[in-house]
Amino acid sequence: MLAQTTSIPITAPRSYFQRRSASAKTGLHLLMAAISSMYLLFLLSYILRSQVSDWEALSEPWQPLAQTGQLWINTALLLVASIAFEMARRNIDRFEQGNTRELLWLAGLSSFGFLIGQLVFWQYLTDHGYLASSNPANAFFFLLTGLHGLHLVGGMFAWMVATYRLRVVGQNGDNRSVSLAKLSIELCTTYWHFLLVIWMLLFALLSSSPGTYAAIAKFCGIG
Amino acid sequence: MAYVEDVEHQELHEPTSFYAKYVWSQDHKVIAIQYSLTAIAVGLVALVLSGMMRMQIGFPGSIDMDSTGYYQAMTMHGMIMVIYLLTALFLGGFGNYLIPLMVGARDMVFPFVNMLSYWFYLVSVLVLIASFFVPGGPTGAGWTLYPPQAITAGTPGSEWGIILMLVSLIIFIIAATMGGLNYVTTVLQARTHGMTMFRLPLTVWGIFVATILALLAFPALFVSGIMMLLDKTIGTSFFMPEMMQFGTQLDHTGGSPILFQHLFWFFGHPEVYIVALPAFGLVSDLISVHARRSIFGYRMMVWAIVAIGVLSFVVWAHHMYVSGMNPYFGFFFATTTLVIAVPTALKVYNWLLTLWRGNIHLTVPMLFSLAFIVTFLVGGLTGLFLGNVVVDIPLSDTYFVVAHFHMVMGVAPILVVFGAIYHWYPKITGRMLHDGIGKLHFWITFLGTYLIYFPMHYLGFLGMPRRYYAYEDYQFIPDSAQSLNAFITVVAIVVAISQLLFIFNLIYSLFRGKPSGGNPWRANSLEWLTPDTPPKHGNWGESMPVVHRWAYDYGVPEAELDFVPQTTSGDVVPVHESDLDE
Repeated sequence: MLAQTTSIPITAPRSYFQRRSASAKTGLHLLMAAISSMYLLFLLSYILRSQVSDWEALSEPWQPLAQTGQLWINTALLLVASIAFEMARRNIDRFEQGNTRELLWLAGLSSFGFLIGQLVFWQYLTDHGYLASSNPANAFFFLLTGLHGLHLVGGMFAWMVATYRLRVVGQNGDNRSVSLAKLSIELCTTYWHFLLVIWMLLFALLSSSPGTYAAIAKFCGIG
Repeated sequence: MAYVEDVEHQELHEPTSFYAKYVWSQDHKVIAIQYSLTAIAVGLVALVLSGMMRMQIGFPGSIDMDSTGYYQAMTMHGMIMVIYLLTALFLGGFGNYLIPLMVGARDMVFPFVNMLSYWFYLVSVLVLIASFFVPGGPTGAGWTLYPPQAITAGTPGSEWGIILMLVSLIIFIIAATMGGLNYVTTVLQARTHGMTMFRLPLTVWGIFVATILALLAFPALFVSGIMMLLDKTIGTSFFMPEMMQFGTQLDHTGGSPILFQHLFWFFGHPEVYIVALPAFGLVSDLISVHARRSIFGYRMMVWAIVAIGVLSFVVWAHHMYVSGMNPYFGFFFATTTLVIAVPTALKVYNWLLTLWRGNIHLTVPMLFSLAFIVTFLVGGLTGLFLGNVVVDIPLSDTYFVVAHFHMVMGVAPILVVFGAIYHWYPKITGRMLHDGIGKLHFWITFLGTYLIYFPMHYLGFLGMPRRYYAYEDYQFIPDSAQSLNAFITVVAIVVAISQLLFIFNLIYSLFRGKPSGGNPWRANSLEWLTPDTPPKHGNWGESMPVVHRWAYDYGVPEAELDFVPQTTSGDVVPVHESDLDE
């Protein structure tokens, strides 16, 4: 019978969990590619818009971004979150004995701290009259930091899942729940590193001098 | 390397309640049908809108439609057809139904996200439709939504309509991204034993590459949508320049409308191929099956799809020749545009060579496929005219452009949609669509669309501008143009009404159609080899299929029948030599 289906394995079959894990990682990588495309287009728009005469860069000496102390604190918080996740990930094969739970909480709390820190800086800007509608540079600042914050808020849901799964491991340590918790931690780690890199790029760009924008614009042929 | 799941550990939560099975379903087949029905429903709205526009153009004043209503109909027609019908139908409909079946998976890899994708899509459609009912009505800015006019008073729907349009697009993009992650990951990670990338049917390749384009290009629309929304709602100046509105100075300063155009078309041109590539893939399979011939140059076809996908990202500014740009840029974009003709022509040649000496069965799917090749060719050739700056500038914003894009990305993909529905309907329902009604539907649609769009090329040469509510008292437009417009309108109404034949056929055949059996077209690819038709939850019953060959073994001399399913072992029928080196 020609059309018969058979189930003879040709290659060593992957377990259900291996497939699920590989799928989740591929899915995350694709998501990061789509998000990167979005930020890249925002950054190009930023550079292009910065070359119009009404642009008042926030990084001029008399402007708020001349003092980046608050933003450096925020950056440090996000860095701590990323490092905590990385340590949890490296510890992943023996996390029953390790301090994975504490690391996860550290990551979550410092990410939360980052979000609060960003909001504090927003408050500072609005208090001093730097509204989104008053200048395109301000508008871009709110827009880009806001979107980055939203991506981190999305990540916090994944963090909650990871924390929950780790709790389940504590209650019944079967292979399945261990694998799920590991996968969650791995995915969160990748995503946090990604968000850290995006933030550092944004921070570098937002706090650069108008001369830098002009140079980038010229390099891109839009100066 | 082949991938497979460990069946005994796979949890197949068969839904039991009505709601879990048909409403909040996570089964890719149900989601595909939900996507398709929603897309077809909203597409019918867009069809009615086009009928109303044609009435106004062909017989001015015959219906109660003022210029505001005309612009709103025009805008909604374009946006619905491109985004909410074609994109949703090809990716959400065909992608969802066919990918897991064709690659030999039990479902998409993230079924819950897949379900969310559909519900987000439905919400985006509802928000869009809601704009018909807000004060001022839907936006009438043209489907390209160019600022500053899209959000400036005087443009229809510039208060609420444009806001709902942008919000709807943003929700749609989130839906498309959730779906897209599923389609690509399923192809990469959930293929069954023996299903290598180069054994995938071309349908899967087309949808796969189109989805990657969608994941990378939709962010451009997202970015421009968000910025325009902020310009409108909180008064930022991303795109809005310093300008007067009815004698009043607006608060905006220095924004760049051209930036919006760049962003829009950086999405807009790949969008053409997000629609075209799945059509290319589907039609390749239809032609091969219904001509009983191996697809000619399979690998060439795959690489052509990939090449078209890559090139589609570097041609966007050919939509902006009249927006003002450095002549060197125009030269660059004209060149890249013409380069796309190479892989595209290669595909057309390969379809013809597949047909050459094939055993061509003029079934309804085959008729639609042949019509697609001709229509795509005609539309593609006028694209060569418009891709050149010096020809484009005089023809820009005339009916020549309307004729071009309707042929190449309106009619051509829709012909494939029809062909594909006639082809896969038996798998989805277990019954054949009625052949006679199908042929009648085909001939009216095929000949009708030519009678509609061919004359538009001439109107374009006469200089008849597009997007005009009325054409009276223009000295350069002769009276005969009005006669031609009336003729086009009559045909358009006939073609539009004839689509009811198709809808009737879908419903009639669901109950009265001839039972199809599992593999009525005697095809090779996996979706025809499911143990049940329509396939049940989990698709494959107890054991997963094992793939030994590509999907195009037709007329193999050693085989008993003229087709060799992908699951046939090399011991029974030798595997094609070029397939062995996988």
